[in-house]
Amino acid sequence: MFRDKLTTITLGCILGGALLLAALNLLTPGASAAHVPGFVISLVGKYLCYAILALAIDLVWGYAGILTLGHGAFFALGGYCMGMYLMREIGARGVYANPILPDFMVFIGWKELPWYWQGFNHFWFALPMTMLVPALLAFGFGWFAFRSRVSGVYLSIITQALTYALMLAFFRNDMGFGGNNGMTDFKDIVGIPLNSEATSAGLMLISAVVLAAAFLLARAMTRSRFGKVLIAVRDAESRTRFLGYRPESYKLVVWVLSAMIAGIGGALYVPQVGIINPSEFAPGNSIEAVIWVAVGGRGTLAGAILGAVLVNLGKTWLTSALPEVWLFAIGGLFILVTLLLPRGIIGLFAARSTTAGAEAEPGAAAAKSAAREIAG
Amino acid sequence: MSDAAQAGSTLSGNSLLYLDGVTVSFDGFKALNELSLVLEPGEMRAVIGPNGAGKTTMMDVITGRTRPDTGRVVFGDNVDLTRLDEPAIARLGIGRKFQRPTVFEPLSVHDNLLLSLAGDRNPRFALWAKETPAERVRLDELLATIRLVDDRDRPAADLSHGQKQWLEIGMLLAQEPHLLLVDEPVAGMSDAETEETADLLREINKTRSVVVVEHDMAFVRALGVKVTVLHEGAVLAEGSIDAIQNDPRVIEVYLGR
Amino acid sequence: MVLAPREGRGRALPRGSFVAALLFLLTALCGAARADEATKPDPFADIATTTADIEARGVLALAVSGSPRAAPVIAALRDGKLFAWKWPRPDTPLFIKTDSGYVDARTGDTVDAPAPVNLRKVIVSDAVRGAIETAEGALDLFSQDPAARRKSAEALYQSADPGALALIDKALAEETDPAVTRVLREARAASLLKSDSGSEADRLAAVKELAARADLQTRNLLASLQGQPPTVASAVSSAINDIDHTLQLWGLAENVYYGISLGAVLLLAATGLAITFGVMGVINMAHGEIVMVGAYTTFVVQRLIAAFAPALDQFGLLFAIPAAFLVAGLLGVLIERTLIRFLYGRPLETLLATWGLSLILQQAVRSIFGPTNQDVSSPPWMSGALQLGGLTLTVNRLWIILFALLVLGALMAALRWGGLGRSIRAVTQNRRMAAAMGIRTPVIDALTFGLGSGIAGIAGVALSQIDNVSPNLGQNYIIDSFIVVVVGGVGNLWGTLLGAMILGIVDKFVEPFAGAVLAKILVLIFLILFIQRRPRGLFPLKGRVAEA
Repeated sequence: MFRDKLTTITLGCILGGALLLAALNLLTPGASAAHVPGFVISLVGKYLCYAILALAIDLVWGYAGILTLGHGAFFALGGYCMGMYLMREIGARGVYANPILPDFMVFIGWKELPWYWQGFNHFWFALPMTMLVPALLAFGFGWFAFRSRVSGVYLSIITQALTYALMLAFFRNDMGFGGNNGMTDFKDIVGIPLNSEATSAGLMLISAVVLAAAFLLARAMTRSRFGKVLIAVRDAESRTRFLGYRPESYKLVVWVLSAMIAGIGGALYVPQVGIINPSEFAPGNSIEAVIWVAVGGRGTLAGAILGAVLVNLGKTWLTSALPEVWLFAIGGLFILVTLLLPRGIIGLFAARSTTAGAEAEPGAAAAKSAAREIAG
Repeated sequence: MSDAAQAGSTLSGNSLLYLDGVTVSFDGFKALNELSLVLEPGEMRAVIGPNGAGKTTMMDVITGRTRPDTGRVVFGDNVDLTRLDEPAIARLGIGRKFQRPTVFEPLSVHDNLLLSLAGDRNPRFALWAKETPAERVRLDELLATIRLVDDRDRPAADLSHGQKQWLEIGMLLAQEPHLLLVDEPVAGMSDAETEETADLLREINKTRSVVVVEHDMAFVRALGVKVTVLHEGAVLAEGSIDAIQNDPRVIEVYLGR
Repeated sequence: MVLAPREGRGRALPRGSFVAALLFLLTALCGAARADEATKPDPFADIATTTADIEARGVLALAVSGSPRAAPVIAALRDGKLFAWKWPRPDTPLFIKTDSGYVDARTGDTVDAPAPVNLRKVIVSDAVRGAIETAEGALDLFSQDPAARRKSAEALYQSADPGALALIDKALAEETDPAVTRVLREARAASLLKSDSGSEADRLAAVKELAARADLQTRNLLASLQGQPPTVASAVSSAINDIDHTLQLWGLAENVYYGISLGAVLLLAATGLAITFGVMGVINMAHGEIVMVGAYTTFVVQRLIAAFAPALDQFGLLFAIPAAFLVAGLLGVLIERTLIRFLYGRPLETLLATWGLSLILQQAVRSIFGPTNQDVSSPPWMSGALQLGGLTLTVNRLWIILFALLVLGALMAALRWGGLGRSIRAVTQNRRMAAAMGIRTPVIDALTFGLGSGIAGIAGVALSQIDNVSPNLGQNYIIDSFIVVVVGGVGNLWGTLLGAMILGIVDKFVEPFAGAVLAKILVLIFLILFIQRRPRGLFPLKGRVAEA
C-alpha cells in the first residue's frame, strides 16, 4: 500500500493490534486463556491517546524544531471540552439531580449555567470544540510568539509557563470547570453507557482509527512541499527568510494543527479514564510526553507512537511494582536518551546510507557551465 | 529634503538601488553613518573596507535584517525597502549569498532547489503544491548547470564542501533575483578558484545586478568594476580600482598611520 | 515551617468543654442585656469568659484600672495559675492557685479550696497572650526605664479607657521624657474622646492630637466615636480622611517593600542561574533542585549542630552557608563533568537532560528525607519585626534582602578581581584565545558551573527561612528565575538585579487587584512582549559578539 515499510508496519500494528485485542476481549469467554481482560483494553486505549499526543509533539518538535513543553495544555483542553459534554450528558442523574447544572456548580451555589457551557449538551457541538478550543489558544499564543521570533529554549520555557498558568487557572473553583476535583462520574456518551466492556473496546478502536488517521495526515503533511519548508525552517530559519519564506506562518500552521491533534487525543482520553482535572496541565506531564517522542525517535512520526506506548508500558509496570523507582527511571531515561540515543529507537534501526558521498570536485568546468546557463 | 536626497530622487528614475543617508547605530556606536550609495541597473559593484567599516551592516539593511535609524533604501522606482522585512525583500528579487554556504542539509539536492524556485511562498500553496512540468524542466537545467544531476536525490548533508557551494549558487539562481548580494565569495579559496569565481560573477552580471563585498584586492581587481570604499560607516571613496588604490585617504585607512 | 506550630495553639479547647462554652454563651447573652444598665463592666468577669476577645479586653481593662490586684492576677493568668468556676455563676469567682492553696483573685484573701472538679484553668490564646504583654506593660507606667514607660503608655492608648484619665494625668505630670510624653498625650486624647467629660475645645484638641498619629488603630478609634458635638464630629471625619490618605501612602510603601522583598528572593534564586545560563549559556532545569539541596543542607547542618554542639545553635545558619555552597558547588561540578559537558551547544537537549536530572534529585531527596516538610528553625536574631512609621518590616525578610545584595556583590567582586573570575571572563569572551593563553577551559567550565550551583545552594539557605523545605521547593522558583535572567539581559548581573526587583514589585502591585493567577499570566504576556521589543534584555551586551 505504501512504498516505505515503516508506514505499513505502523498502520498494521495500530489497526491490526487494536482489532485483535478488541476481538479477544469481546469474543472469547472470560475463562479462556486467550481472553483479554477489560482493564487491558482501557489501558491500551489510554496509550493510544498518549500516542496521539506524542504524534502532535513530534510534528512541531521533530519537523519545525519547536520544543514544546506545554502540549499537555492542548491535550487537557480537548479533554475538558469532552468532559463538559459528558457532564451535561449526566443530566438529572447527578447527586443534586439538577437537569442543567453539573453537581459541582450546584455545590458552589451557582444558579445558572455560564455562557461558555452553552451548547455542550450537544455532541455535535462539543466534538469540534475539542479541536477548536486548543486551536484558538495555539493560534493566539503562536501568533505572538512566532512573530516575536521567540525561539529555542526561550520558546520552550514560555510554553511551559503557559501550561503552568492554565493549571493555576483551572484549579480555581470560580472558573466553572470543577476546580481541584475537575469533572468525573460520567454516565454515558451519545446515549451509550460508559461502564460496559463493549464501550471500552469501541472507544479503544476509535482511538486506534483516529491515531492512524492522524499519522497519515501528519505523514502527508511532512512529505508535502510544506513539510520540506518546515524542515528547512527547523535547520536554517534565517536562510528561509532570505529565500522569501515567512517561517512564522509555517510554524503557526503546523503549531495550530498539532494543537488540534493533541486536543482530539485529550477528548478521546477523558471518556476512557473517566476523569479530567487540572493536574493534566502540570508542566511535568508535558515534558514527559516530549521524552516519549525522544525515546521513539524524533522526526519520524512512527517513533513518537512507539515511544509513547513503550514508556507508558514501563510506567504502568513500574508505578505498581516499584513506585519509588519510577522518577529515577524516567529521569534517567531523559539523560540516557539525550546523551546516548539522540535519534531514538527508530533512528537506531533505520540506518540511513551515510556514505559521505563522492568527493567530486565541481571545479572550473561547473563554474563555466553555470556562467553559461545564466548568460543564456 | 537635503540636496543629496534631491539628487537621489531625480536619479531614482534610472537607479536600481539607492541608499539615502542611512544611519544604523548599536548602543551609540554608528555602524553606518549617513551612508549614501547609488547602483545602476545591470551594474556590478565591489564594496571594500576594513573590518568594522559597515559592509555587512549595509547588506543587512538592504535585505531587511537590520532596520536603519534614519534614511531610505529605494529599490527600483519607488519601493522603500526599510518598510519591508526579509521575506518581502527576497520576493522582490534580491538574493543574498552568505560567506558560509547554508543549504538545507537533511533535504535532497532536488528539494533544496525546488524550495528556492521563484514562486508562491505561502503555506497554503505549499500544502497542496505538486511539482509542475515547468518546474521539472527548470530544475533539470539548474542541476545540469551546477553538475549535481547524479546527486539530485542525495541529502545535501552528504555533499562535499565544494558541492555545497555550488548548490547554494544553484539555489540563488533558482530564485531568479534582479539583484544579487554576495558576501566575501572568495574567502578561503585558492588563487585558481578565486579566478573562476570572478568569471562566474561577471557572467551572472550579464543578466543581473551584483554587489560584491570583499576583502581581497586581487579579486576586486580581477572583477574590474567600480569600487566603493567604506570607512566608519560612510563612503570614503568611489571609482576605478586604480584610482582607489592611489587615493591617499584609502591608503591611510588600509595601511594605518 | 516557622509558622506552622502556631496554628494549633489557639484551638486548644478540649472538646468536652464545648457544651459548657455554649451554655456559658447563652447566659452571657442574657447577661449582656443587663450589662447595659450597669455602668462599669467588671474586668474580672471579662477575664473569666471563654471568649478570647472579651478575655483580652478584660486583661487590658484590669491593667489600666489602677487596682492593686492587677499585677498578681495578670501574672497568674500568664503562668496558668488563674482558675475560674467551671459553670457560669453571676458573681464569676476567680481564684489564683498558690503553693499552699487558693486565694480570691479580687481580694487576695486566702479562701477554702474549691473542689478542683468545679474549676477550669483560664485559657490563654494568642490574642490574650498579646493582651497580657500589653497589660504588663501598662503596669510599668511609673517604672524607672523610659522604654518600659513608653510601652505602658502605648498600652493605655490602645485600651482608650475613659477610666484611666486620672492615671494618665498623674503620669503626665511626672513624665520628663518627651517621647513618652507624646504617647501619654495621645493616650489622654483617646481616653478623653471616649469619656463623657471634657469641653468641646478639649475634644477638638484631642482629635488634632490623634490625627497626627495616622495609623489604622487611630482610624478605627476615631470611626467608633459617637455622639460628639457637630464641630468635633466634622473634625473627626476630616481627620479620618487625612489618616486614610496617609495610610494609602504607607500601603504603597508597604507594597514596594513586599515587592523588593520578593525581588530579593527571586534575585537569590536567579543569581546562580545568571552564571550558568547567563554566562555559560547552559539551560539547567535542575537549578531549582540545587537550591533545594542547599535548603536540605541547612536542615542537616542544624541537626548536626543540635546533636554535637548545641551551644552554637544560634549560629547554625552561618555554618550552613559555606556548607551549602560546598555541597551544591561540588554537585554542580559533578553534573558538569558527567552530563553538561557532552551537551554544549545543544540547548534543547540540555534542557531535557537536566529536567531528567531534576526528577532524580527530587526523588533522591524524597527517598532520603521523606516527602514531608522539614522543620528548619530560625535563629532569634532573625525573628520579630521593625516598625518604621506605618511600615512593619519583618526582620527575616530584611536579612534576606541584605543577604541577596551581599551575595550579588560578592559574586561581582569575585568575577572582577578574583583569579577564577578573570579566567571565567576570559573563557566566555574568547574561548579559543583563552585556551591559547594556557587557560584550561574544561576546568574553568566545571568551576564556573560549580560556582553558579554553589550560589544556588546559598540561595537554598535563605529560602529555608521563608519557605517550606520539601522536595518540591525548587520547582516554585525555576520559571521565575529564568524570567528574571531573560528580562535582565543574559550575562549581565546588574540586569539580573534590576530584573528581579522589577518583577517582584510588578508582581506585588498587580496581585491585589488581579489575583495571583492573573498576575502570573500578565507577567508572562509582559515577558513575551518584552522579548519582542528587547530580545536581548534590558542591558544587552555591546558589540558584534552579541550579534552572533
